[in-house]
Amino acid sequence: MLGFLLTRVGKAAVVLLCITVLNFLLIHLAPGDPAMVMAGEAGEADPEFIAQLRAQFGLDRPLYVQLWSYVSSVAQLDLGYSYRQNLPVLDLILQRLPATLLLSLSAFVISLGLGVLAGTIAASRQGKPADTLISTIALLFYATPLFWFALMAVLLFSVKLDWLPGYGFETIRSGYTGMERVLDIAAHLVMPAFTLGLFLMAVYVRMTRASMLEVNKHDYVRTARAKGLRPALIQRRHVLRNAILPVVTLAGLQAGQLVGGAVLIETVFAWPGIGRLMFEALAQRDYNVLLGVFVVSAAMVLMFNLVTDLAYRLVDPRIRTT
Amino acid sequence: MFKKTLSAALLGTVCAALPAFAQDPVAGGRLNLLVQPEPSGLMLGITTNAATNLVSGGIYEGLLRYDQDLTPEPSLAKSWEISEDGLTYTFHLQEGVKWHDGEPMTAHDVVFTFTEFLTETQPRHRNIMNRVASVEAPDELTVVFTLKQAFGPFIRIFAYKTAPIVPAHIYEGTDFRANEANATPIGTGPFKLDEWQRGAYIGLVKNEDYWMEGRPYLDEVIYHIIPDAASRANAYETGDLDVLPGGTIENFDIVRLQKNEGTCVDEGGWQYSSPMAWMWLNNRNAPLDNPKMRQAIMYALDRELALQVVWNGFGRVAKGPIASTTPFFDETGPLYEHNPEKAKELLAEIGYDGTPLRMLPLPYGETWQRWAEVVRQNLAQVGITLQTEATDVAGWNQKTSQWDYDLAFTFVAQNGDPELGVARNYISSQIAKGNPFNNVEGYSNPKVDELFAKAAVAVSTEERQALYTEVQQILQEDVPIAWLQELSFPTVYDCGVHNLITTANGAGNSLRDTWKEQ
Repeated sequence: MLGFLLTRVGKAAVVLLCITVLNFLLIHLAPGDPAMVMAGEAGEADPEFIAQLRAQFGLDRPLYVQLWSYVSSVAQLDLGYSYRQNLPVLDLILQRLPATLLLSLSAFVISLGLGVLAGTIAASRQGKPADTLISTIALLFYATPLFWFALMAVLLFSVKLDWLPGYGFETIRSGYTGMERVLDIAAHLVMPAFTLGLFLMAVYVRMTRASMLEVNKHDYVRTARAKGLRPALIQRRHVLRNAILPVVTLAGLQAGQLVGGAVLIETVFAWPGIGRLMFEALAQRDYNVLLGVFVVSAAMVLMFNLVTDLAYRLVDPRIRTT
Repeated sequence: MFKKTLSAALLGTVCAALPAFAQDPVAGGRLNLLVQPEPSGLMLGITTNAATNLVSGGIYEGLLRYDQDLTPEPSLAKSWEISEDGLTYTFHLQEGVKWHDGEPMTAHDVVFTFTEFLTETQPRHRNIMNRVASVEAPDELTVVFTLKQAFGPFIRIFAYKTAPIVPAHIYEGTDFRANEANATPIGTGPFKLDEWQRGAYIGLVKNEDYWMEGRPYLDEVIYHIIPDAASRANAYETGDLDVLPGGTIENFDIVRLQKNEGTCVDEGGWQYSSPMAWMWLNNRNAPLDNPKMRQAIMYALDRELALQVVWNGFGRVAKGPIASTTPFFDETGPLYEHNPEKAKELLAEIGYDGTPLRMLPLPYGETWQRWAEVVRQNLAQVGITLQTEATDVAGWNQKTSQWDYDLAFTFVAQNGDPELGVARNYISSQIAKGNPFNNVEGYSNPKVDELFAKAAVAVSTEERQALYTEVQQILQEDVPIAWLQELSFPTVYDCGVHNLITTANGAGNSLRDTWKEQ
């Protein structure tokens, strides 16, 4: 087990290095650089101004020097400095990380919980109205553009009904503390988490349903039934447990996107998360911030892949860690 | 349609103005505005984009303010004199002005700002200071500028955003751009930076030690950060925001919102910038090197249609190189009314063979994309095919500043005087790669160069007017670029907010006097 972990972590480090180098090169392929963007925003520029900025950002050095200095500082867990925002990249990311994790994890739990539950119900009532209803709703959520759903939700629950706050992470300068603050953040979380969660849920519903129907046909299920086990127990112990493997695979993939996967929702709900930080850094060619977010996301993906592999073992003892 | 929107807008302004006369200002309260995009920094002497100008206008001040006719008004300078020969400008500073950290503001800060700080950080300022022989402080409260020769636009360079006064005791002897104090800006303005939660909001609080008695009225000013345009309009509708500053929502949403009771719309506050939109026409390449080709494009464009359909009637069709709100504007012909037949004649005359041209739209959202579509359609009607090239802002800057385009959308501020914001787009000395705001089109005409140079240093207003009129006539004939529209970015706000826009620089420079009904 320890050997398995060590090999995997070693491989992950190599993959991370490759991703970092590749990202670095890709970003520098995009036209324009941070100095040009800042000159553009200022509405004025002369060669001296642009040269000053480039020198300050370290962009006047040859690319391979920049690459080396970046990779070696990342190796020392230093993600560099955002000259645009005058803050260390790690600070910027850490400021935004809690909001993003809260949103993505809530959406993840909502989608996985509701998805597996609804998928199970649909499978056990195959062809009946409940199945049709669940499948239709799932398809609807999956097929509708996320931002449209989000905007409609704001129009209905915030503008018309005034039930929920329409944007932001918490009420600005409310002075709330303790439980009051938790409730305030929760109220702000409801719409973004559900909009994102319902979209992801659709996939789990369909996969759980299909997988369970598949497993239902197996001999051991018939045997279990013949033994006279209670249907609910069969569904839970024999069917679901076997059917859940592809869902775990998918959940592992989704979990890897927890950091950067909510750009749209963060934008529509003005949620101060990493996705927006990344998107804005891209538009502004804020290289260090963008690379920093990529490194963190890549690390998350690798970590969740590892966790997924471990989860397989828990769900299905037949799988060995090799 | 046009009349309707305009009268609605006027009505909005009037309904805002009336109670202001009837009621006395009330102190206190919080004003909720919006800033878009999130500024990259708030140190106004270093970061000079529109978002920073809006937020930092409460924090920093210039020597002067400008009313909506661009007439100078006192700000940090209480009074000033200009000598007969136009060479000496003497400013008398307000008494008892303190920096936000409690240090007194003196003439030394002003001298430092002009001679050391801004010349280092701002290209525009370097050009202006080349004309200045000396800046001196004979005493604590007096600053004297001596020019090498008369420079007409000089009185209009002292706005808070073009020349914010910065604290010498913090910056003297440091690397300005790397100074850690940039994160916690220290100004003299009516508001102080209290908190900046990145991605969420920027909070300013009242400066209790402000030099002007009884001001500001507001206790707090909050700039919310909402990245999606539709969500911004929604946040106003839910009452979370009092003000949607110009340019933060799409014009079609303005038309919708101004129907709400208690919503006011004001098109003012842009007279200093007078932003004008045009298309760069790359004068270097055939067929655009031919003035007749460029004239044909002007006749082909239905600019009135674009104004009404794309911009919902907010703005004015451009009448030439100088905006009609900028001093020395003179309406000279030809004005290029929409005339596709004339365009086709010109194209036939020069034997244009239908070679497609590359068009670079401005990646600034929905409205600009629709505008590019209208232009493409207009030109297709006369037989000019355009290939649209999609970019983001960084790519757009790169392509225009490297002259890699045939037609490219842009908009540029006029800065209150043709010499400050117009000349650089047409004179030959401003042809240089690597800058998207100079003579990007590559137009070169010795006569135009000479006229702009003379007009800058002419002493009398009449003399300057004659020179600028002549230059406008020449440019109108040559069409170095395709002038599209004088942009208007209306501010949408709750009518309970008063004195929101009292200067030529809009809400960014007016919050000192703003108050809110409780």
